[in-house]
Amino acid sequence: MRFAAHINVMPRAEISDPQGQTVERTLPAIGFEGISEVRVGKRITFTVEAPDEDAARRIAASASEKLLANPVIEDFELELSAL
Amino acid sequence: MFPGSNCDRDANYSFEYLGAGTRYLWHQDTDLEGVDVVVLPGGFAYGDYLRTGAMAAYSPVMDSVREFAAAGKPVIGICNGFQVLCEAGLLPGALRRNSGLRFRCMPVRIRVETLDSPFTSGGMWPGQILTIPIAHFDGSYYADDETLEQLVADRRIAFRYCDAEGELTADSNPNGSRLHIAGILNEQRNVLGMMPHPERAVDPAVGGTDGRLILASVLYSLQPAET
Repeated sequence: MRFAAHINVMPRAEISDPQGQTVERTLPAIGFEGISEVRVGKRITFTVEAPDEDAARRIAASASEKLLANPVIEDFELELSAL
Repeated sequence: MFPGSNCDRDANYSFEYLGAGTRYLWHQDTDLEGVDVVVLPGGFAYGDYLRTGAMAAYSPVMDSVREFAAAGKPVIGICNGFQVLCEAGLLPGALRRNSGLRFRCMPVRIRVETLDSPFTSGGMWPGQILTIPIAHFDGSYYADDETLEQLVADRRIAFRYCDAEGELTADSNPNGSRLHIAGILNEQRNVLGMMPHPERAVDPAVGGTDGRLILASVLYSLQPAET
């Protein structure tokens, strides 16, 4: 079976995010009010071939822990759907 | 050397300048036979795609570097090399985007924090201020509180950014590194990672010579003890 994996990688909550802060300061300057707590992360997508959803999830989670996210500074969330 | 390394020739030149024999190791090399010191040079290994140093940390040569380090032999990661060592788990923490979101390229002052390592034992004194250039976008050292406490307790911070008087003023920290950390050691004290470029401060023709102290120190540490 093939599954679509979407990994959202975000700077860990307790770590300041200078990119998010800069975006947040820029938004009011171009007319967007009421926006706060901006944080910038990244989204990584791929497809994975596996016997079932649990196996696909294990592979995607392991890849995220080992390479796609750095647990020292980043958290990740994994979304998986059958194709 | 990784694809995208760009300080390898400077590193090679500076060690030769100090009288050492050198050889280039490619990212696919695994044979470190006859090597006394491994230098991971600066640059943009594998394009620094995903995160700085992330892919390089899994290149074949790094397994050999890991064994080399485990055997107690000296390893220096400079700039991108520091990022690779952190990603490879040879040093704790990570290097993040500079707090000011600017690429910083200039000479900085760093304070020698410990003499207890092959990189800082020769010809330096504690608190000595060295002037060495930096050139990086992702040099903001981050580790959690517990790790930082451990680094302090073990005296594993090698260098900290400081001002001309050796004070840790906010202005003297070029990238927002926690505790002004410019360089750290591993537990066995034989692996050094640092963001400043000592190899760019060896030949007086291109500015300062303070980098010599660090590189010469590690060469000196290889000499058999005098009897």
